[in-house]
Amino acid sequence: MIEALLNYEFLQNAFAAGILIGLIAPLLGAFIVVRRLSLIADALSHVTLSGIAASLFLSKTVVAFNGLNPLWLGMGFSVAGSLLIERLRSVYKHYQELAIPILLSGGIGVGVIFISLADGFNTDLFSYLFGSVSAVGRSDLYLITGISIIVLLVVSLLYKELFLLSFDEEFGKASGLSTKVLHLIFMVMTALVIAASMRIVGILLVSSLMTLPVAAAMRLSRGFKQTIGLSVLFGEIAVVVGLISAFYLDLAPGGTIVVSSIIILLGAIGFRNWFAVKN
Amino acid sequence: MDRHVIELKGVNYRYDKEQVLSDINLSIPKGSFLAIVGPNGSGKSTMLKLILGLLKPRDGEVKIFGQPLLKFKEWEKIGYVSQKANAFNSGFPATVYEVVASGLTKKAGLFKRVERKYKDEIMSAIKAVDMQDFVYRNIGELSGGQQQRIFIARAIVSRPEVLILDEPTVGVDAKNVQTFYDMLERLNVELGITLVLVTHDTGTVSNKITHVACLNNTLHFHGSAADFEQVKDHELSAFYGHDVQTIHHDHSHGVH
Repeated sequence: MIEALLNYEFLQNAFAAGILIGLIAPLLGAFIVVRRLSLIADALSHVTLSGIAASLFLSKTVVAFNGLNPLWLGMGFSVAGSLLIERLRSVYKHYQELAIPILLSGGIGVGVIFISLADGFNTDLFSYLFGSVSAVGRSDLYLITGISIIVLLVVSLLYKELFLLSFDEEFGKASGLSTKVLHLIFMVMTALVIAASMRIVGILLVSSLMTLPVAAAMRLSRGFKQTIGLSVLFGEIAVVVGLISAFYLDLAPGGTIVVSSIIILLGAIGFRNWFAVKN
Repeated sequence: MDRHVIELKGVNYRYDKEQVLSDINLSIPKGSFLAIVGPNGSGKSTMLKLILGLLKPRDGEVKIFGQPLLKFKEWEKIGYVSQKANAFNSGFPATVYEVVASGLTKKAGLFKRVERKYKDEIMSAIKAVDMQDFVYRNIGELSGGQQQRIFIARAIVSRPEVLILDEPTVGVDAKNVQTFYDMLERLNVELGITLVLVTHDTGTVSNKITHVACLNNTLHFHGSAADFEQVKDHELSAFYGHDVQTIHHDHSHGVH
């Protein structure tokens, strides 16, 4: 493995990108899970798909889009989707979860239209759907690094505000926090992390890396900081194990990373139950 | 320094078509322990939300520490404990320490960390509510009454001058309600915090409060607790009808 890593640039890119998203996806995921927004992450990932599909189509038809990394348009759609979700949630005040199926089906619908226009499925699209070990290029890595730096900065600078927003929004408001602005920042960050993670785990499985490690961590942790720490640890293990097995077994890493996460999750649940019986 | 920490003058509020508060005039003296009583839907929570700036009055004026609500910026002077029992996500993986620390969010200011820097303040707030044995427990593992104490600790950690509580004993079992109010009395008497309490437990708090406001969309009574004793039966039966009997019974059982 080490030798392969030293020899192949594509592997270096995949591992560097994997380690970055193994950090930021569970980090933001911890806030997403406790705020009960897991499904919103899923809806956003499907909107990202329509952005990717649009970009693949445009690259065939419009010269200006030819060399453009589809991640940019995917990211744009994702961020626009996050703002649209907020709008929908305020339109349907009493049925806020409606925003999820609307965006989820809308994202796939628009995506499918662009995919058909661009002459159907190809390996490129497949790699976006389920992740890829070999498709992560230098420009992807730069973009993922940029997003990671932004997310790490925002979360560490606004940690206590984000904690309060997640734990008790009303108390936050009563103590003078601008929860609307904060929530918007949070949604945009979620959109960015989804766009960044997509290259490795794939659009359809992005939300798994934001939720499964957190679900495992919550079984074992004491306190929120520990939950974040364990989530990141589990996320990194899942990504590294998933990437190595994807490389050797020639599988899509989205699948291997999710299966690794689920094994960790089952382990955490089992350990907790065993521990509870023993004590 | 103004003698009244909170003043409402001619305040009206309506949700859509329903007039919830009309012509409310209320002033809360510094250091007092005010109980706001009234039936469900009488506008008690709305009034608290107006005081906290969560809602804006249609007309009338709300003043906090002598300043108009819109100009008031020192929100760390006002602590707030909401009616938690229904809203609280009890699975939230946060320790008692983390929850109490979050009460310093606004006071510490943007980009500042609180958990290490304010260790003494956080610990003394936890001690003030007598929960020092539970510092590193997850909040979800505690009973309803213990959780409510933690929310008080979170509200007082920023050393507020006023503490506003919206039916804090909902979800607290009966035998712990008395100790809960004893703790509130200590905050009022020993730390000099002005308390504004929305409650149905008129019996249990009657010997601790200094002022009473009876609200049923308009203010029916507003004055000292001693004056309230004179008119209590009349006022409460007007609100609660027969229920007032039940309150008396509960009270007598609780005391003897």
